[in-house]
Amino acid sequence: MAATKASKEQKYDRQLRLWGDHGQESLESAHVCLINATATGTEILKNLVLPGIGAFTIVDGHTVSGEDVGNNLNLIFWVLMVDPLDFNRAQAATELLQELNSDVSGNFVEESPNKLLDNNPEFFNRFTIVIGVQLPESTCLRLDSVLWSASVPFLVCKSYGLIGYMRLVVQEHSVIESHPDNALEDLRLNQPFAELKNHIQSYDLDSMDKKDHSHTPWIIIVAKHLERWLSEHNLQPPKNYKEKEAFRQFIREGIRKKENGVPEDEENFEEAIKNVNTALNPTKIPSTVEDLFNSEECNDVTSQTPSFWVMLRAVKEFALNEGNGSLPVRGTIPDMIADSQKFINLQNVYREKAMQDAAAVSKHVECLLQSIGKYIANRRCRCLGKNSSFLRVVRCRSLAEEYSVDTVNKDEITSSMDNPDSEMVFYLMLRSVDRFYQQHSRYPGKAKVYTALSLINVRLCIHPLCYDDCRYGAAEPHTVAAFLGGSAAQEAIKIISHQFVPFNNTFIYNAMSQTSATLQL
Amino acid sequence: MADAEEPEKKRRRIEDVTEKMAVDGGHRDGGCDWDGRWNHVTKFLERPGPFTHPDFEPSTESLQFLLETCTVLVIGAGGLGCELLKDLALSGFRLIHVVDMDTIDLSNLNRQFLFRPKDVGRPKAEVAADFINSRIPGCKVVPHFKKIQDFDDSFYRQFHIIVCGLDSIIARRWMNGMLISLLSYEDGVLDPSSIIPLIDGGTEGFKGNARVVLPGMTACIDCTLELYPPQINFPMCTIASMPRLPEHCIEYARILQWPKDKPFGETSLDGDNPEHIQWVFERAQERAAQFNITGVTYRLTQGVVKRIIPAVASTNAVIAAACATEVFKIATSAYIPLNNYLVFNDVDGLYTYTFEAERKENCSACSQVPQDLQFPSSAKLQDVLEYLTENASLQMKSPAITTTLEGKNKTLYLQSVKSIEERTRPNLCKTLKELGLSDGQELAVADVTTPQTVLFKLNFTT
Repeated sequence: MAATKASKEQKYDRQLRLWGDHGQESLESAHVCLINATATGTEILKNLVLPGIGAFTIVDGHTVSGEDVGNNLNLIFWVLMVDPLDFNRAQAATELLQELNSDVSGNFVEESPNKLLDNNPEFFNRFTIVIGVQLPESTCLRLDSVLWSASVPFLVCKSYGLIGYMRLVVQEHSVIESHPDNALEDLRLNQPFAELKNHIQSYDLDSMDKKDHSHTPWIIIVAKHLERWLSEHNLQPPKNYKEKEAFRQFIREGIRKKENGVPEDEENFEEAIKNVNTALNPTKIPSTVEDLFNSEECNDVTSQTPSFWVMLRAVKEFALNEGNGSLPVRGTIPDMIADSQKFINLQNVYREKAMQDAAAVSKHVECLLQSIGKYIANRRCRCLGKNSSFLRVVRCRSLAEEYSVDTVNKDEITSSMDNPDSEMVFYLMLRSVDRFYQQHSRYPGKAKVYTALSLINVRLCIHPLCYDDCRYGAAEPHTVAAFLGGSAAQEAIKIISHQFVPFNNTFIYNAMSQTSATLQL
Repeated sequence: MADAEEPEKKRRRIEDVTEKMAVDGGHRDGGCDWDGRWNHVTKFLERPGPFTHPDFEPSTESLQFLLETCTVLVIGAGGLGCELLKDLALSGFRLIHVVDMDTIDLSNLNRQFLFRPKDVGRPKAEVAADFINSRIPGCKVVPHFKKIQDFDDSFYRQFHIIVCGLDSIIARRWMNGMLISLLSYEDGVLDPSSIIPLIDGGTEGFKGNARVVLPGMTACIDCTLELYPPQINFPMCTIASMPRLPEHCIEYARILQWPKDKPFGETSLDGDNPEHIQWVFERAQERAAQFNITGVTYRLTQGVVKRIIPAVASTNAVIAAACATEVFKIATSAYIPLNNYLVFNDVDGLYTYTFEAERKENCSACSQVPQDLQFPSSAKLQDVLEYLTENASLQMKSPAITTTLEGKNKTLYLQSVKSIEERTRPNLCKTLKELGLSDGQELAVADVTTPQTVLFKLNFTT
């Protein structure tokens, strides 16, 4: 048991550094459904099996064709072993994907999704996420309806020639750990909390010896100078460029000088000057979080309310009370030039405040849960407090809304078409190809017959694109399948782990120009 | 050079070059195809379209070239390499060489899918080649369990296209320099048939990039060196006397305690040896306790010692696919290749950005002009050495400086050979004037970042 745990930690080491042990646990509890083991489908699943999802089930009623084999490593292997080219694609793909990771359990159902929906519509409710690949429009819409009611996230993927397409359908997806790339520091210098104030107070820059002076953290240096500035400027912090420059100069004057008047080499002061902008960032609740605070789910908490909203409400209560209009303190500070003790002491001031705030949030959670008669097991209030500025909720429209004539997002489509380089044109192409298939039960150009296509209510001269459609003839080149395979797998991992932020809601990749676009349709 | 041209002209030049790629003869025996096997690929090569390359003529010959003649070199058989090999093999390429100096580690298995637990310890190139060769009929992957520097120009010349999936900037720069050295000029005009396109991919966590380099024509790796931020190295005084982060404690154990305590005799620290990491971890914990620093874990220790970069299958799949698409485009002239840099990030949604990196006029690798070195004659050789290593556009690692004095070749300073380092070390404190160097003097500098020496011209400011 211990041996397997250790080797799993080693095997997954490189990814554990991205989503942590708790992220890995959520992956290992997930059961992913893939509909259609085409090249794209198996590429997506490969990138989910390798990181160790708990289980997958492939739903596919197709038998293997020669075309399939050319494109799919897994199936090629199978073909070598078994002679007749007439076995089920789902089975073939399952056997080989299993091989990639013995921790994952694979299953297959030799049935078309339409049949399953006819006979057992609740079949899909058991999955953490359903990924549908190269599905016709009608099947997509049927699945959309079932999965939307069951609140199961649905990811639609398509490779068509050199175009890749993904559509995420999820009613509401909450993210606490969004891991933003360039987060602003939470230093509270414009409104220092009591413990921080006291700590700053404990420093007397003028009476320090040379060594201490040049090893004082820049946060203290800025705080001290800010105090003086405020008292001399009617309690107004530096606001525009001119004032900030003056403030920087003011700090520079604080650098000790040698006997001959030449300034000492005080790197910590240089750091303070460099970080003035960061330091002067006002402490504010981000608009994304404000919007969440103002939403119905947050304000109307009942026993049916999902945990995330209960937690969010608790944060809001904190902000309105103990927080004095601010979110819980994050508790981290960047590294800076300082001696060990000064740095650790300062860091601890922030850390302890963060812990205090998290405890206050936890109390609010407790109160809320009591009042609505609900229980939440793993609250992770420390994590919530630390990430309170970065909370995100993603809501994607259903396919029904996208496709319906009444609710189609005409504005987004027509405004995108103003830009000749927009990828929107490929979205329209794919929709028209789907329509063609719906009407003719085959894709244009597949049998080397070039036919004209009818388009959906949009009058455009895009004949070159129709021509290109036909040229592709529903080809699924491997490199496009592989690109989509990586992209879709990572979006699925985001859905499963609730870490990092999924796209909303349509992604188009153009391998010809190596460009992409995200559209909200 | 590139700045002055109009976009249209530039586009045509790139198209010209990809058109003239030398297609040598040599008919191979295909033999393992079945009905419809290459349907997906032929649809592109046998039908015209509105977005194709202007010179593209749909034909069965493109597929033929791809299947029978085109020889591709894949550098690296790791996260990107495994994906690249699969992508190329399934796109029709059959003559593929792969170079990798590493052996398989358990931590590779979360993404390097050509390897199984039983393969741990074996050379990556060999296992990767075996896998592809045994499972994709007709494909011939030739493995090389070697460093790229073990080969010379005669090896690299045989390839039509080279695609890199490396994890080292030094190696990239070396490869870049090698392909530049293969370029031939007739009367100052570049011979297009001497150009070997270099497709380069890189990934880190959820970020990645893919670029197309046409040596001598487009921006090379060194032209955009500033895009790579220099590696973080903590200052020694912080490590030695003023630790604040758990990382500082780990570096203390690695850099200062290990050489002093020699816990395993004369053996140097091996990041892959769990016993070594355990020792560093324990020492780091002790140091952290001394300074009330929290956060030293085994995982962090390993990460710092081995300079681990987090990695997942998905990012590697995306970037390798983008690179393989470019290899396909160039090999078949079916579409205009990426011009020339793609950036990818899927932390928040999916983000791509495509732009044309520009050539640097005085690039130390591809501009062919001696690099300018401006120093007062009273400057010390040490100052020149620091410039070569610290300058953002040069970022040399351990430059060896030689020059010609009184008709004879003289080594001014060389670090990599102990005896020569000791002999030439006193030169570092001497001024350029004292060393007998004159204004306009040419210095030849060798470094791991380039297979050829870089020429510098001294310009005395005083």
